[in-house]
This record gives sequence, structure tokens and C-alpha cells, in this order.
Amino acid sequence: MFLINCPYCGERDQQEFKAGGEAHIERPKQPTELSDDEWAEYLFMRKNIKGVQFERWNHTHGCRKWFNMVRDTSNDEIKAIYKMGEKPPSQ
Amino acid sequence: MRNKYSVFSLIKNALSYHENWQRAWKDPAPKKEYDAVIVGGGGHGLATAYYLAKKHNMNNIAVVEKGWIGGGNTGRNTTIIRSNYLWDASAGLYDHALKIWEGLSQELNYNVMFSQRGVMNLAHNLQDVRDLKRRTHANRLNGIDAVYLSTEEVKNFCPIINTSPDIRYPVLGGTLQRRAGTARHDAVAWGYARGADAMGVDIIQNCEVKGIKRNGDSVEGIETTKGFIKTRKVGVVAAGHSSVIANMAGLRLPLESKPLQALVSEPVKPIIDTVVMSNAVHAYVSQSDKGELVIGAGTDDYVSYTQKGSHQIVEGTLNAILELYPIFSRMRMLRQWGGIVDICPDASPILSKTSIKGLYFNCGWGTGGFKATPGSGDLFAHTIANDEPHKLNAAFNLNRFVSGDLVDEHGAAAVAH
Repeated sequence: MFLINCPYCGERDQQEFKAGGEAHIERPKQPTELSDDEWAEYLFMRKNIKGVQFERWNHTHGCRKWFNMVRDTSNDEIKAIYKMGEKPPSQ
Repeated sequence: MRNKYSVFSLIKNALSYHENWQRAWKDPAPKKEYDAVIVGGGGHGLATAYYLAKKHNMNNIAVVEKGWIGGGNTGRNTTIIRSNYLWDASAGLYDHALKIWEGLSQELNYNVMFSQRGVMNLAHNLQDVRDLKRRTHANRLNGIDAVYLSTEEVKNFCPIINTSPDIRYPVLGGTLQRRAGTARHDAVAWGYARGADAMGVDIIQNCEVKGIKRNGDSVEGIETTKGFIKTRKVGVVAAGHSSVIANMAGLRLPLESKPLQALVSEPVKPIIDTVVMSNAVHAYVSQSDKGELVIGAGTDDYVSYTQKGSHQIVEGTLNAILELYPIFSRMRMLRQWGGIVDICPDASPILSKTSIKGLYFNCGWGTGGFKATPGSGDLFAHTIANDEPHKLNAAFNLNRFVSGDLVDEHGAAAVAH
């Protein structure tokens, strides 16, 4: 349980938010060209990092906007928050 | 030679004030090379080592554990054992485990306190009723005992449940698997460790894996905090940390690791003599032999390795518990904890070879791995020894995420994941 600084609403309790999983997984540009292996990679395979991870969150009980977060999954410390479409901060 | 536990050994050791009991397992330093190494000394890993030694005559093997054995999810679950899964593949897998549970204490000469007190799953809406009836029929076709209960029968089986029609999620019925129940989770780890050790398996604690050495597409050994161990077969049974190990080998797995919480109350006199689970309101409860209520909550929706979890998850579970069991309203909770569960997209496990020769994964058990411990160990040992899956775990391969042949137990498994 932690506080999240929503880029639109400010600091709110984590229970107002919904985690959306790993960030920056790009939808295939040519879906019809994809092999089964590439589909599996896109749909199911995850980095699931213990450490600093880039992920998406949604402020479901607030502004309902999506944004990105850099969080250390080994201690839940939030390193950075940035809006959709912005470049991720370099680590 | 391992001394047998019996009433005579109890008397004999009582005479020496219980100061001369033989160690249940040794504390060896790792050898330079093994025929196989199991990464992870929880119930599943120790069971794998036990069956590798017992059924496949692989005695030159080791289990490496970064902490102490049974200190991870084996000691953190809510000890529920059942096999009432919907799909044929899951029914085969979990009932294989349940059949081993039924003779496990005798086989291990170690009391795992397996108690077939029944597991009841509640229905709270019409869709639940349809789903549970369908699952009951599916179970019976697979030879798994299951009955559907009306609201009155639920009340008769567990009188403290509030079956009044005016509660927010009224009880409309339920299913009962009488062969299901609970076991003492620590004893399972200790019993398998003692059994494996007696057959020559090295159980190496405080030994964390730091890397997996490959030669092309084959495994050559593992780097650990206690040095390099040469081996051509590595079975990874690391639960929430499976992806961490996979990343060392350059593999990706379809897993997300999330905190799952449980809690126990202060001990009270016997009040609930079965296990009751509710999918819709996500609450399940049983009572330990010490008298504590053992309560399972849900998972958080974000990836975390912190073994904590969010307060509102526990609060939601306790709200549901209180509505179903008003008698517990003044109970105090003693302890709460979290474990990190590795969840697959289809909520079914992976017991599989990988693209790297000699590297095997047993993971993805998510929120419900404890019940499968003996079967998982048996089938994973078979997979490692023969380099081929057993027919009961063939469906649980990694390739199913490529072929699309998923074993979708989300919700169908009688409890939400």
C-alpha cells in the first residue's frame, strides 16, 4: 500500500488506482504478418522484473486517466511518474 | 540410516528427555557436481527431489534454497487441498495429487496432519449456481467426488453460515468435495526434506542462485552464493521468483508475481469443522488445530515482490467474512502476511521443458499451489528424469501460450484468482 502522485490529480491513496501491467509493450504494426511465437511474446510473455519496472496505471476512482510509472517492485518505491506519450526517464 | 518415527521411538527419546533425536536432515556443503539440481526448497521442490530419488533412482542430486526450507509460500498458504477443477487436464493433475495426499503421512513416516474435512464452495448468484452445477457434473465425469448442495444443505453442513435471504450476497447453494480438506503445510516440507535426505539428496539452505551457465542451448551449471555447481539438469521450482531465474537464463515466462495475503485470528474453541470458500465475495475460512481461524484474502493487482500487500484487500475479505459469519464479529486477528504468487494468464501451472536443454520449470501455480504439492513433485520428477512430460502434465507445457491450447481455469476453478 502506498501513495501515488497522479500527474493530473496529485497525491492519492493507491486504492484509487488500478495497475495496468508492464508499460511500453507496443501493439504489432503488422498483426497479419505475426508468427504464433511473436503473438505469444506480445500477448503473454512478461519481464516481471524484481527491481525497477516500467508500468501503466489508471486512476480509476479519480480522473480515470492512464499514466506511466517507474517503480521498484522489490520495495514498492515509486521512482518516477510520467504521462502517456512522454519518453520514459532514463535509468 | 534414518530412524523411524513410532510410538517406540517416542518412548525411547522421552527417557533421554528428548535430547537425542536424530537430525531430520543434514546441512551439507554443496558438492562440485550433481546429476540434477532443484532450485527452490519449498514443498514442490522438495517433493520433486524426493520422487527423483525414490522413483527414478537419481540420488546424486541437490536442492538449493536461498532462505530456509519451507520459508516461502509453503509456510504462507492457507493449507487447503481439493481437486474439484473444471477442465479434464486440471482434474487429472489435482486429483493425482489428492490421491497421493491420502497416503502421504504413512509413505513419509511423517504426520502431515492431512484432514479430509471437506471443502464447500458457495454460490451467491444465479451465474454461480449454473457454474457450480456445471463443475459438479464435470467433476463426477472425471471420477472426482462432488455434490451440489441447496441452501438448507449448506446450512446443515456448516450451521454458522448466515443463509438469510436479506444479506447482500445471499447463499443460493454450494458444492461439497468431501475428500478435500487441509494439511499442516510446514510438516509437508519437513517430511519431504527428511525423506529426500534419507535417500542421499543434499538439501543446501542459504544458497541463492545468481546465474545459470549455458553452453549454447544446454545447461552447464548454476552460479550460487556458495560457488559454482556443475550439473546438466536444473529444475526451477521458485514460485514468485520464477521470472527472476528465467531472466538469468535469457528466457521469458508468461508470469506476473503479485502479493497474496492471508491472516489468522486468535485461537478459539472448535467452531468450523470444514473449509468454506466463496468465489463471489472472495473469502475463505477454515480453522487450524490450534483453534485459529485461517482466512485467505485476494491478490493485489500490481507486480510486487514485497510479501506485504494492500490493507484494503484484507478489509474487503473481512467484510465478506463478517456478513457470512456474524458470529465472528468480535474475533481479533493475530497475524497477517503476504506471499508472492506467480500467476499465469490462464491461471494454470507450467510443468515443462524449455527451449534450453536440461532446464525445466515448475511454476505458475498462482494462488493455489499447496494442494498440488505431492502430485507436482511426482510429475515434475518424471519430466526431469525422462526429459519428457508425464501424460498428466503434458497439457501444462510452456508451448501452450504459443499454440493457444490454454487450460483456462480462471473462475472455473471454484475460486477467483
